[in-house]
Amino acid sequence: MSLIRLTDITRHYDMGAETVHALRGVSLSIDRGEYVALMGPSGSGKSTMMNMLGCLDTPSSGRYELNGTDVSEMDDNELAEVRNREIGFIFQSFNLLPRATALRNVELPMVYAGVPADERHERAMAALTQVGLAERVGHKPNELSGGQRQRVAVARALVNKPSILLADEPTGNLDSKTGKEILALFNELSAKGNTIIVVTHEEAVARHARRMVRILDGLIASDEVLVKD
Amino acid sequence: MRLIAELFEGLWIALDAIRANKLRSALTTLGIVVGIVTVSLMAAAIDGLNQAFIKSISAIGADVVFIEKFPWFNEEPWWKVRNRNDITQAHARALAKQSQHAEAVAAVTFSRRAVRYGDAIATSVTIVGTTEQGAIVDGLNLTEGRFLAAAEVEGARPVCVLGADVAANFFPYESPLGKRVRISDSTFEVVGVLTRRGTFLAMESLDNQVFIPITRFNQVVSWRPNVTIRVKVKDMKKIPEAREEFRGIMRKLRNVAPGDADDFAINEQQAFINMFHRVGGVIAAVGLFITGLSLFVGGIGIMNIMFVSVAERTKEIGLRKALGAKPRAILLQFLLEAALICLLGGLIGLGLAWGAAAGAASVLPMRISPMVVGLALGVSLVTGVIAGFLPAWRAAKMDPVEALRVE
Repeated sequence: MSLIRLTDITRHYDMGAETVHALRGVSLSIDRGEYVALMGPSGSGKSTMMNMLGCLDTPSSGRYELNGTDVSEMDDNELAEVRNREIGFIFQSFNLLPRATALRNVELPMVYAGVPADERHERAMAALTQVGLAERVGHKPNELSGGQRQRVAVARALVNKPSILLADEPTGNLDSKTGKEILALFNELSAKGNTIIVVTHEEAVARHARRMVRILDGLIASDEVLVKD
Repeated sequence: MRLIAELFEGLWIALDAIRANKLRSALTTLGIVVGIVTVSLMAAAIDGLNQAFIKSISAIGADVVFIEKFPWFNEEPWWKVRNRNDITQAHARALAKQSQHAEAVAAVTFSRRAVRYGDAIATSVTIVGTTEQGAIVDGLNLTEGRFLAAAEVEGARPVCVLGADVAANFFPYESPLGKRVRISDSTFEVVGVLTRRGTFLAMESLDNQVFIPITRFNQVVSWRPNVTIRVKVKDMKKIPEAREEFRGIMRKLRNVAPGDADDFAINEQQAFINMFHRVGGVIAAVGLFITGLSLFVGGIGIMNIMFVSVAERTKEIGLRKALGAKPRAILLQFLLEAALICLLGGLIGLGLAWGAAAGAASVLPMRISPMVVGLALGVSLVTGVIAGFLPAWRAAKMDPVEALRVE
């Protein structure tokens, strides 16, 4: 059974008089353990697609099954719970809390999951060690480099053991060298069995995935399996 | 479990937000500080007055009723009651004889006169004419000597008992017992000295008094004056029955025809307390309303700054929601921040009010009681929660997609 099954998803926004159709009927299945790149230029609908996959938004019509449950009709509270349990977000601008240490930032999703404090601490330490930041747990984001910040964000995404890692232009704010390091980390995580979806407009980034889905004008333009050398 | 984690997280964020914006938080809370200072000072003043009043009024004694010509708080037109006959000592004696409920009865009257001892003179001393049971009825204690004896009252003997101040002024180094003081050109031998009693309603000293037999009082101070009959009731629980009994006896003594209204009044401490509470309640309500207005203004300031705080942290709200924060958790976070700012203001305000109350203690009897502390902190907390609710609600209902898009 697929981890993600989108069936005829549409999403439109009413902007005053006119209606913007961001998604026009998308069907897509993603299995557990896949590493998928969602590619498309700006305005293609890929951001809407990401919001949909990340349960930040619900479709205007169609059906979204995540891990066997229909999430397309859920209310705010249920969606929050699904995001907490199933999704690990990685953002272009890292989105760390500036006044909190790396450790506290990583603990955050567990706070909303109701994990007891000492277990939170333990798991956050483990996640930070996994991304190679064991030495820097007490530092605040402004004391870390861009690459290190994104590693903190990755650790935060991993810490609740989500079904999906959902990365939105994860290398967009990084120089090419650190960008490659992050993508190498993704490869590593994928090899360990994590399901990863990367949303990007850069072909070079998308090439790191094993499957590439191109989105254009709110529809899926192509869906190909990438052959690794 | 999850709620507790969210609560701690909210508390952490709130403290962090206040730390990050120290000046802003301080300025915002100033409105609350002012509000709490006024509210708690007002409450302290009311409380202090109440305490002072109750302490004073207890000097009257809860188990003593006063049979007098006029009620203390007259509700009849004056022309209806002005022709009432005086209450006399004969009434008091008859009442004492006939009553089952009375433990002690005293006929009391007083007047201000100068008191002399040798060359020394004390003007405007309250001369109290009373009977031998006056000490029981008024709860008088003696440091020296004894109170007036029945035979002395019967025989109108020239003896007196001094109040503590009078005794201290005239006889600073010696015992007054056996000394002779002069009142209205008549000589009185001192037979007793009272212990200190303090003041009545913070005005009238109860120690600047001299007690003499009422029979003697009639001869040298005032000819057959109107008296008050003070009756100490045996059982406090039976005051209503006692009142009825006294009323019946008095009506008979004064030949009031059946169906006619009483031509006397039976007063008691409770009437005083009731009156005070009625007036005090109105003062308290008006005062607290006015001071409450300043708190309201402070609350608006809090609401304003919380809207700013929510707007500033839109992206953070989006992030928290993306990570799984429910609307409830976000609501809690901002409510806690508002409540904490207000509570801080409340504590500062309470500290200032405490200082002010201590400073003003000599002029006005103020008291910051646990009740006032609870009131101040409770009010500031409630103000915070109310003022913070709208901004917090807005934050809780934010669309995470929109919030994350904000730079």
